[in-house]
Amino acid sequence: MKRINRNHKIRNFHQAKWDEPIIFELSNKGERGILVPNSEEEIVEAVGDGVSKIPESMKRKSLPNLPEINQKRVLMHYLRLSQETLGADLNIEIGQGTCTMKYNPKINEYIACLPEMTELHPLQDESTVQGILEIMYKTDLCMREISGMDQFTFQPGGGSHAIFTMASIVRKYHRENGEEEQRDEIITTVYSHPSDAAAPATKGYKVITIMPDEDGYPDYEAFKNAVSERTAAFFVANPEDTGVFNPRIKEFTDLVRKAGGLNCYDQANANGLLGITRAKEAGFDMCFFNLHKIFSTPHGCGGPAGGALGVVEKLIDYLPKPIVGFKDGKYFLDYNLEKSIGKVRLFNGVPQTVLKAYAWIMSLGAEGLYEAAKVAVLNNNYLFKKLLEHKGVDAPYIKGKQRVEQVRYTLEKLTEDTGITTSDISRRVMDFGMHYWTSHHPYYVPEPITLEPTETPSKEDLDEYIRTLHHIFDEAYENPGIIKNAPHRSTIHQVDESSFDDPEKWAPTWRVYLKKTKED
Amino acid sequence: MKKVGLIVNPIAGMGGKVGLKGTDGIYILDKAMRMGAAPEAPAKALKALEKLLPVKDRLLIVTCSGNMGQIQAENLGFRTNIVYWSKGPSTNSDDTKLGAKGIMEKGVDLLLFVGGDGTARDVYESVGNKQLALGIPAGVKIYSPVYANTPEKAGELALLYLTGKNITVKEEEVVDIDEEAFRNDMVRTQLYGYLKVPVDKKFMQNEKAPTPLSEEATQMAIALDIIDHMEKDLCYIIGPGTTTRAIMQALNLPYTLLGVDVVMNREIIKKDASERDLLYYASLYPSKLILTPTGGQGYLLGRGNQQISSEVVKKIRKENIIIVSTNNKIIELRGKPLLVYTGDKKTDEMLKGYYRVKTGYEMEMMYRVGIG
Repeated sequence: MKRINRNHKIRNFHQAKWDEPIIFELSNKGERGILVPNSEEEIVEAVGDGVSKIPESMKRKSLPNLPEINQKRVLMHYLRLSQETLGADLNIEIGQGTCTMKYNPKINEYIACLPEMTELHPLQDESTVQGILEIMYKTDLCMREISGMDQFTFQPGGGSHAIFTMASIVRKYHRENGEEEQRDEIITTVYSHPSDAAAPATKGYKVITIMPDEDGYPDYEAFKNAVSERTAAFFVANPEDTGVFNPRIKEFTDLVRKAGGLNCYDQANANGLLGITRAKEAGFDMCFFNLHKIFSTPHGCGGPAGGALGVVEKLIDYLPKPIVGFKDGKYFLDYNLEKSIGKVRLFNGVPQTVLKAYAWIMSLGAEGLYEAAKVAVLNNNYLFKKLLEHKGVDAPYIKGKQRVEQVRYTLEKLTEDTGITTSDISRRVMDFGMHYWTSHHPYYVPEPITLEPTETPSKEDLDEYIRTLHHIFDEAYENPGIIKNAPHRSTIHQVDESSFDDPEKWAPTWRVYLKKTKED
Repeated sequence: MKKVGLIVNPIAGMGGKVGLKGTDGIYILDKAMRMGAAPEAPAKALKALEKLLPVKDRLLIVTCSGNMGQIQAENLGFRTNIVYWSKGPSTNSDDTKLGAKGIMEKGVDLLLFVGGDGTARDVYESVGNKQLALGIPAGVKIYSPVYANTPEKAGELALLYLTGKNITVKEEEVVDIDEEAFRNDMVRTQLYGYLKVPVDKKFMQNEKAPTPLSEEATQMAIALDIIDHMEKDLCYIIGPGTTTRAIMQALNLPYTLLGVDVVMNREIIKKDASERDLLYYASLYPSKLILTPTGGQGYLLGRGNQQISSEVVKKIRKENIIIVSTNNKIIELRGKPLLVYTGDKKTDEMLKGYYRVKTGYEMEMMYRVGIG
């Protein structure tokens, strides 16, 4: 018998391609899945049929224009669409840098789907939800250890929401101190997440951005010139999107503190820092973690997200209400926060996400968290070294030094040599069942790629990813045409994106689509 | 039937191969030819035109006689309409200007011109911002972003435009350097104007990023920030550039794109002011000076705005200078500082340092200013 050759250096992949219509186009009048049965007679006799209780004014005059399709066809439709996507559980997902796309243990998903969790209602009495309150309380304690902060809230629904909450606390804090009018500026850096500028701007703050110096650290001299009696707060990530960690961060936060401002740490991507550095020792007054990144709950469409926001003692009173407390052997919702900014989300955040984060933390323990961070950094620096072996690849800043958990590479040389851009290559990687992200806009690093392996891919996974990128970089030099016309084996060929910023070409609903495509 | 204008500056690029850094001026051209330079531009024109062959039957090339376009277009079998005849075998700057004017008057969809910064200047002088145009690079020195990166790229972009795909229109700077200084290894660019050029929009987006604001929208955001913070009875001296022009447009005031205008209480008090005018207003009223980098090298002062002299700057004082710039302009500097060159060392020294550059509405970036 002949042995099957599986010794491929790069993967032979072809994505499914269905010419599947939009679900509205599948509608056949009268076709249906199930009919909801009427209530039993004795129930109707006792309490009425329910429907007649709905006030006339609330009843719609005509039936909703929903697609009418049988169950099997609906199932086929969505399975086909799912085959036309790539996802973290299907491919080697280290290309979505800044997103910490680690493997999320399925057992944690299972726990969050148990009826003890899913059957809870946020309006239940505290005495009946002691279990989830305990988990929230204990997750808070874990987060305090990890960050050095004194109290956490899980109310923000994600990273940007947590930044918005921090900006709200900054405003309220200065209002209480009679400095709200005077302190109207926040400072951030170019390589921090764009939401560190955008969220405070929605709170009415003027935003001052610091450019990097030659090594990629925020320019300290520029920073000194920016800090003043008008500084409300400093919002920064460290390491930034480049994977460069600013070792002088304490000097930055000291400067802001002395000027009377608050220091807010964007730790959405703290995957390389667990057990190594803490927000408190770096001089921060607040920080937040993305539970769906670092704490594996998971990220993306696997969602939902969670932004765990922690503050130092002096700011606890400003947190959104309620926080979870523990007294006399009982967990309770503590509304007793006098200066609270109010609520930023209904109830108390997304408890399933907190539960999954707690399960992940407890399965690893303190040592395990530290180990995860070390392996994430090791994986990243292995990838970094291997990719830089190609002549077309480079990474600006701190030459010869290591990066933390991710790197923003540049293909500028490859583009100069071959005319192939990072956008071209990002389309070609799809032919190998992979994907990568370039960078936030605008591109401060030319022709960027941002990669973040995390701690979960194996060496084999990393090597396959590296081999594939090297193969494509070689193609750029030897056969650029194949990249220019890529993807060849994906669901969709090249997408014309020229109308993305033209509202006339947008169709957010089926009705709008019909209206805009109507032929005269 | 689409009409494409074509104008070739046949001598562009000749100095490069013999190390002369440009061919502006008859003396240099003569020297280049004696050193054995051969024409580069016609071959580059062919490379670009070849990309238009798929739509050859639907194109009419409106061009100039001989090696100013006719030969290249007809060699590839394009139909031509000659609108300008050069007087002799060698051509000069006037030929480009007259040729470009003749072509524009015929009403072409796109004017392709082959040359370098000098050629772009000549074309701009004739067509201003009334004609969509695109440069095919052939010159030694090209600092004007009105040129595509390669002749092939220019051809591909022209084809996309002519077949109605993925194209937006942008105003790009026409800059030229002082060739005499360049031959002495000094690069000094100056802004001469703006040409309307097509830009390929394809693949500019990215799945994680929201749509980046267009350059125009960013300029408007900056302008609104300036206007909303304008103080009463204060004199605003508005320097040249498209970013500062947006302020005048938002105020609905007449303006000069390359000159300096003076505004007070949202009314124009002097259009296209001279150094003397500026000194007069600055000594009469408390003033603020609004500058934006021009000329592709990040110059705030000393390139095309000499009326804002060291005397004017000293009178207005450093703390009253407002710098505005879109993010893209800052990114193009690749970390190099913005520059000032007033001709007076003391003034330039005084102007050095970090500034808050306005990059959007209530958005600023700390950026360094150095001496040019």
